[in-house]
Amino acid sequence: MSLALLAQVTGATQDPTPITAIQDQVHVPGPDIYWPALIPLLILLVGGLLLLTFSSFLRKKAPRGIFAAATVAIAVASALSVLPLWAQVQGWDKLLWWDIHPNPSGAYTTIGGMVGVDGFTLFVTIVICAAVALAALLTDGYLRREDMEGPEFYVLMLLSAAGGLIMAMGNDLIVVFIGLETLSIAVYVLSGMHLRRIQSQESGIKYFVLGAFSSAFFLYGIALIYGATGSTNLVHIKTFMSQTVPTQNGLLLIGLGLLVVGLAFKVSAVPFHAWSPDVYDGAPTPAVAWMASGVKAAAFAGMIRIFVLTFSNYEATWKPIVYALAIASMVVGAALAVVQSNVKRMLAYSSISHAGFILMAVEAGSAQGNSAVLFYLAAYVFMVAGSFGIATIVGRKGDGAHSLADYKGLARTNPELAVAFTVLLLAQAGVPFTAGFFAKFYAVEAAVDASSWPLAIIAMLSAVVSAFLYLRIIVAMFMSGADDGDDGPVPTRAERIPVPVGAGIALTLCVVITMVVGLFPNLLVDAAEKGQPALVQYDSPSSGSAAAAGTTGTGQ
Amino acid sequence: MDAQNLDLAYLALAAILFAIGGVGLLIRRNPLVMIMCVELMLNAVNLTFVTFGKMLNDITGQVIVFFVLVVAAAEVVVGLGLVVAMSRRRPGADADDLRLLRG
Amino acid sequence: MTVEAFVFGVCAVVVLVGGLGVVMSRNPVHSALSLVATLFGIAVLFLNLDAQLLAAVQVIVYTGAIVVLILFVMMLLGVDKDDDLETEPLVGQRVLAVLVGLIMVGAVLAVIIIGGHNAVTGARSVTGQLAGGYDNVYELGRQLFTTYVFPLEVTAGLLTIAVVGAVVLSRRPKDVQPIPEPESMIDQGDEPLTLTHEEGAH
Repeated sequence: MSLALLAQVTGATQDPTPITAIQDQVHVPGPDIYWPALIPLLILLVGGLLLLTFSSFLRKKAPRGIFAAATVAIAVASALSVLPLWAQVQGWDKLLWWDIHPNPSGAYTTIGGMVGVDGFTLFVTIVICAAVALAALLTDGYLRREDMEGPEFYVLMLLSAAGGLIMAMGNDLIVVFIGLETLSIAVYVLSGMHLRRIQSQESGIKYFVLGAFSSAFFLYGIALIYGATGSTNLVHIKTFMSQTVPTQNGLLLIGLGLLVVGLAFKVSAVPFHAWSPDVYDGAPTPAVAWMASGVKAAAFAGMIRIFVLTFSNYEATWKPIVYALAIASMVVGAALAVVQSNVKRMLAYSSISHAGFILMAVEAGSAQGNSAVLFYLAAYVFMVAGSFGIATIVGRKGDGAHSLADYKGLARTNPELAVAFTVLLLAQAGVPFTAGFFAKFYAVEAAVDASSWPLAIIAMLSAVVSAFLYLRIIVAMFMSGADDGDDGPVPTRAERIPVPVGAGIALTLCVVITMVVGLFPNLLVDAAEKGQPALVQYDSPSSGSAAAAGTTGTGQ
Repeated sequence: MDAQNLDLAYLALAAILFAIGGVGLLIRRNPLVMIMCVELMLNAVNLTFVTFGKMLNDITGQVIVFFVLVVAAAEVVVGLGLVVAMSRRRPGADADDLRLLRG
Repeated sequence: MTVEAFVFGVCAVVVLVGGLGVVMSRNPVHSALSLVATLFGIAVLFLNLDAQLLAAVQVIVYTGAIVVLILFVMMLLGVDKDDDLETEPLVGQRVLAVLVGLIMVGAVLAVIIIGGHNAVTGARSVTGQLAGGYDNVYELGRQLFTTYVFPLEVTAGLLTIAVVGAVVLSRRPKDVQPIPEPESMIDQGDEPLTLTHEEGAH
């Protein structure tokens, strides 16, 4: 049959001697793609690639701050493009002034079941875009100060953010893995990018080796789960587990354990946290701002999609592990933070204890827990990006001045920086009327409602201990050489550290949002509650199965 | 050895190779050898995927290996770049010399 | 003993010996060559498992590109001298590492041996894609461009990151004056790290 077809097409009249037998002409149907769902991801990816391309045309005469402006514009565009999708998922009929008749409405999946779009994905998308925008604003002045100008830093951050988005929207373990790798590999490069500082390269190698190690564990976990369930698609895994009795399935248990190890490394949970203080210390500080905010957000999104959503039947397996990780992170993070003398390390350990709080909310495994995680991530991104932003500025040329002594007298040289840092640190400590207070409150509430009493108590104790750490920094800023008996000179306004424009904008934004959310949390809480993950079955055209059955994250 | 046990033998081989790579990474100090140990681990995972694909009569196992290959290639490139960057500053460095960041 | 089992036996030995060679060789170049042996062993095992395209790709990409790249960098940087395998930064680290490795492999082996063939509980696919009549390349290509097209396209971003990273990291910093190392290290009695490797105590 195919030969005759060929003869017709080529117009040949004699019998061609077949060299190879061409298979039957089959029309291979691609998956149907709902393009609007991919727009946020496409903006980030294509934006990053276009930035790289166009920057090579104007390398020599790049105007000041243009790369940062472009990056911020891309991130903001991506975040704005989420709004129509959000309206669609929530089923609104109107968005501002124009009518959308959402079809499909509610969570949906696309591209052959590989990508799932639900409220959770969209919320995390906005959080990641905010983190990229803040980090880009901080990077601008930094690169100029360190003579590292060029678009590569921004391009890597944008591509890393795209990877984070893929992790958040993945409906298949392989998609989550590729998102994780995209996110991570870009950050390995970012850590090592300050070529004149040996600590930067050391942190890059350290992060790379340990990161690759944990990725291999994660991948082996995926392999074992594939063997145990027959598929890597999250929906198939969930249906498989609900149809078979979850007996002690050895392969599945080991696979789950390995997945936890891999993800716990990325969020720097104890005992997989050893890389975090060293890498945060050595890497360029704006890169650390991205690492502490965006990378963690994406990793937690992946964690919730895989554990809370898919493996809800195996709660008895993964919950105790996450429980132990949460307790260890909160305790160790707070305890070790107090004894540091380097501010970046202190912030790194405090970041570990924040990860413990979020793990506590993940462990709750309920819709309330998911909202608590989303709220915490949103608040935390601003707090931590702002903190590392101040560390960027105070680092001075060479990015080396990060010990507590370098912060002494900051209140006299740069009062506005001191005030901003005070607000952000108090927010991290969970002082009322800041975003941090509500973040911790909701996380503890979710744990209490899930009857994890010990977790909640330890959380509150750890918050008290870490408050001491933040007070140390605040006190150091407001004291100066003469005040505490040192013979050091009293710093004056003349020694003011220059604050670049971009960093100033970013810090103002962080402080304002932290306080606004602290005073009026309801807007964010509403959005967080609506942002629930869901697994939607993809009915492929060839399977002929019945229509899609949606399973939400909490119902079983 | 019938076919079924042979498949299990593949899985066992992959597990042992994974452990060898993991232990090697924890023991060795030369960054390049550590990268090679990561490659051992990833190869063990590839073998596991293909074996499961055969046991489950599913091509997905082999498709996934493609993606693991791409990721491994990208990782090696970045790792080698980092090693080059560090060796420029300090020739003959190995993991023990990462002392500046001990803490 | 079937041909398949025999081939498996031979290749398993090659793979394990190569793996041990990577971990235990003093000279990094010997490690790289042992890695090549392992990768070839795995490629033949892929052939044994009816994954013909993967075997070819393994040889071409892994052995032909990745290991060659590693060897290039080794030669370029001159790190081909023998390593010191004796010192341990942490006392008992080697023992601890071996213990962890034994636990890791022990768990998986236990599951496989005890469960036997039933341990692999995944649903067997009914489409029989690996059965006789199907062409391996055809099936792989079909899956890659239908079901798995999204991850495939996204790896473009991953490879861009790798390229940008490689270019950026291999640049020479503009000025020759590197930023000096922190004085606190010298205060603590460590010798300054700007000495070359041979002079610094190891």
